[in-house]
Amino acid sequence: MTTTEKPDYKVIGTRPIRPDGVEKVTGKALYGADIHLPDLVQGAVLRSPHAHARILSIDTSAAEAMPGVLAVVTHSDLPVVADKVLDMGEGASTASDMSKNVLAADKALYRGHAVAGVAATNVHDALTAIEAIKVEYEVLPPVLNVQDAMRDDAPLLDASRHTRTPTGEESENASNVAAHNRFEGGDVEAAFADADIVVEREFDTKMVHQGYIEPHNGTANWNSDGTLTVWTSTQGAFAVRGALAELLQLPVSRIRVIPMEIGGGFGGKIGVYLEPVAALLSRKCGRPVQLTMDRTDVFQATGPTSGGHMRGKIAVKDGKITAAEVSLAFEAGAFPGSPVMAGAMCMLSPYEVENFKVDAYDVVVNKPKVAAYRAPGAPNASFCVEQLIDELARETGADPLQFRLSNSAREGTRMITGVAHPRIGQEETVQAAQASDHYQSPIEGPNRGRGVAGGFWFNAGMQSSVVASVNPDGTVNLIEGSTDIGGTRAALAMQLAETLGIEYDSVRPTVVDTDSVGHNDVTGGSRTAYASGQAVYEAGLDIQQQMVARAAQLWECEAEDVEYADGGLRHTSDSEKTMTFAELAGKQMETGGPLQGRGSVVARSPGAAFGVHVVDVEVDPDTGKVDILRYTIAQDVGTAVHPAYVEGQMQGGVVQGIGWALNEEYYYGEDGRMENASFLDYRMPTSLDLPMIDTIIVEVPNPGHPFGVRGVGEVPIVPPLAAIANAVHDATGHRFTELPISPRRVVEELHNLQ
Amino acid sequence: MKEIDYLAPSSLGEAYAALQNGKTSAFLAGGTDIIVQLREGRKEVDQLIDVKHIPELVSYAWTDDGGLVIGASVPFAEIYEDDEIVRRLPCVIDCATLVGGIQIQSRACFGGNIGNSGPAADTVPALIALGATLTLGSADGARDLPLEDFFTGPGQNVLGPGELIITVNIPPQPANSGSFFHRFIPRNEMDIAVVNVGARIDLDAGGERIEGARISVGAVAPVPLFVAAAGDALVGETPTEDSFARAADIAAEAATPITDMRGSIAQRVHLTRVLTYRALDRALERAREA
Repeated sequence: MTTTEKPDYKVIGTRPIRPDGVEKVTGKALYGADIHLPDLVQGAVLRSPHAHARILSIDTSAAEAMPGVLAVVTHSDLPVVADKVLDMGEGASTASDMSKNVLAADKALYRGHAVAGVAATNVHDALTAIEAIKVEYEVLPPVLNVQDAMRDDAPLLDASRHTRTPTGEESENASNVAAHNRFEGGDVEAAFADADIVVEREFDTKMVHQGYIEPHNGTANWNSDGTLTVWTSTQGAFAVRGALAELLQLPVSRIRVIPMEIGGGFGGKIGVYLEPVAALLSRKCGRPVQLTMDRTDVFQATGPTSGGHMRGKIAVKDGKITAAEVSLAFEAGAFPGSPVMAGAMCMLSPYEVENFKVDAYDVVVNKPKVAAYRAPGAPNASFCVEQLIDELARETGADPLQFRLSNSAREGTRMITGVAHPRIGQEETVQAAQASDHYQSPIEGPNRGRGVAGGFWFNAGMQSSVVASVNPDGTVNLIEGSTDIGGTRAALAMQLAETLGIEYDSVRPTVVDTDSVGHNDVTGGSRTAYASGQAVYEAGLDIQQQMVARAAQLWECEAEDVEYADGGLRHTSDSEKTMTFAELAGKQMETGGPLQGRGSVVARSPGAAFGVHVVDVEVDPDTGKVDILRYTIAQDVGTAVHPAYVEGQMQGGVVQGIGWALNEEYYYGEDGRMENASFLDYRMPTSLDLPMIDTIIVEVPNPGHPFGVRGVGEVPIVPPLAAIANAVHDATGHRFTELPISPRRVVEELHNLQ
Repeated sequence: MKEIDYLAPSSLGEAYAALQNGKTSAFLAGGTDIIVQLREGRKEVDQLIDVKHIPELVSYAWTDDGGLVIGASVPFAEIYEDDEIVRRLPCVIDCATLVGGIQIQSRACFGGNIGNSGPAADTVPALIALGATLTLGSADGARDLPLEDFFTGPGQNVLGPGELIITVNIPPQPANSGSFFHRFIPRNEMDIAVVNVGARIDLDAGGERIEGARISVGAVAPVPLFVAAAGDALVGETPTEDSFARAADIAAEAATPITDMRGSIAQRVHLTRVLTYRALDRALERAREA
């Protein structure tokens, strides 16, 4: 479905094979744990068994004396760093918090918090040695959810932390609430007083993990000349480099980060965990050191996303949403930085809401520090808002999609941030879902129900930089620095091929290390196909301009008389004078030497993404099990560069959303131990739990991109939580306001078992 | 994980000798539980005794009276690919096809699932419903006992220090009898039972009255339960919704589950009732087909 005329693209919109495909399916692709260097030694990390404890002392002497042990490090080996904010691209942290997260300082703030690292000649010696490290803990009561953490008498994770209030002041009393922000507009009280219908509910969600299949790893070689080389699995080699420079107090130029193939990230592979520890160990023992996590470490000690508590109240008058009052409190984990602000800013953005009051609380608890996870904050917040909207549609007797359409945001509608939407595809996306075969088909049978929900994600722009080198045979090497987690090598090569009018197969893209290309922000925020795509486009234009100049030189005419078109050069008035791209590529030596195009951008018009989901479920009333019968997702993607990968992103987001809705949760004991830190009991959906997920690609081109590209990867995880809850309500008559909607919760609710 | 000796005895005699060499041992049959336990540090032993090379443990055979004796280490895949077992003992297939995925099933075995003695073991309620016994062997000789008497707690059983499971013995099933096993898991695969139930119903010759019934429930107590009272309550009854519901209630009353990440007490008691009723219903279908 395209709403505006799409240019007649030659490469964009096709489905070529990805450049990294063969290596991956034949097992030859190199991941972080595949690095084997001369003299490489293995390490292990000692982790806190307590969720909250003061570290009174650490005695490493016995471990250091053990056979095979080469180095032991603790927080005291890290330099003291300032409270400087480190923007990692998706989510910021202060350098000092990050330093304390990498190796615990005076306190262990969650079970699994790294306390010490050991390097040894083999992993068995390292594992034996960490058990010989004597840590004296004063165990403190843990705080495990936002409501407990916000109580006046709650144990404090950090007695020096005060709440930053909406006016920018610090609260008088110390608190676990790191920040309270507010968005206010219109006259909320008057709108509620004047409303036809008001619904109000509270909602709870649990901490969940991205569940990427490849555990974290980090290999570091601290050379004797004081330079540091790091091999790691990351979404942002430059973010890792920047964090290491700050944490280790090294000049950026002395650090080279080599991004390996990445087995999934979804936002969770931006921060650093093992890399700084491996670097310290390598500096101490003079050999390259490799650290890897197992699955339990990944669950307990990386960056999942927040659970939280939400209260929402929405008013309708004459079928229009007139007011919304929402309060969100999200778990940040051990250090501030939950995505609560993103959730607050996203949840109402598909709609026109004049009167609003939104409060957002960032709350620390004794759980791992959260990281980004696919549209961070938005799925939770939409779980609240999209259920209230469903209820309002029912109460007004409106079709739930028609109700959303009548209230849709469009170009010019202001979000709660005050920013007006540019050209967006919200209405087109709702209409596409309405017109779908799925929505047009009735849902029949007992215990079955249908739900819908919408979602919004900003998408990010940020910085990208690429170089394209033209080879004498007319092929091009595209050198980029955006690690590829979603098929972006293909998407970028396609955009360069389109710009130059050459074949996709003529472009060979390579993701290189931080010494080998200009700065690139993380692959996150759904930014890469858009922003790095824009850099690629500029590199293509650069090549075009240089080729025009060189053709003019060969033809002894003015550059204005030469034009670049259809993958070649031609004289505007002399039709005899033409050259293909490859012909001119073969004349580089005689026309000025090697031809390189460069593109560097700060992309500022990402073009937001909207999605509307329709889901049918069947609930077994005796066991409480929810089966997903049918699922359709409509999404505005701007322009689908590689439609197969766009569909894959849409389906992947839905799958993670289904898991989050139905079964996934960090299940904690009262002592603050995550009891289900394995893929057996942390229940992500398997292929047998999923139907085919039908995709409807809506293309409302982004006016801020040369090819109209919008980010596509994140928004598909936003609606499923609420869509499924709405479907379960339709099937059972019960509204589930707490995640996950697991068989346990459903059966206890339907049979009143508590 | 520290270094471990690996032994692969090729006879029962060699195995008994290995068990008495003064070292702490674990058996490696399928390896699908023990290797994970050792790697995660949940268990520590000096040696692993591979029991996949002992003839008595890797073969199975029908007895003259129609019973089935299965060597403790026979992989599930070998069992469920045998058409005669599929036809005569479908309840065995219910559980054999459920443990693990296809790769796991080519190694995993009844002896391993029973010896691991997890309260949620998926083969156990099926085998208890069928009236299975175990033959245990040691240097001192062999002994038989009913499967339900084998377990003493989570991960614990009556195996003595020098003893191992040699065979699982399924007695001949009565005429007009049918058995069924199923479990409830939150996903459709790759999960551990929240509750699992095996049930057998023996009908009279006319197919109208229940002459006997055996019901076993897993994951609701420290050991898999044989709820004799639930089966006994059906004796003399006709198979109806009411009589099945009463038996299901008795099974639910016998359940003493815990709340953990896999389910709550209330949910497990409720599911015991639901699954027992459904298992009886399916067992009845099979009895009538028999």
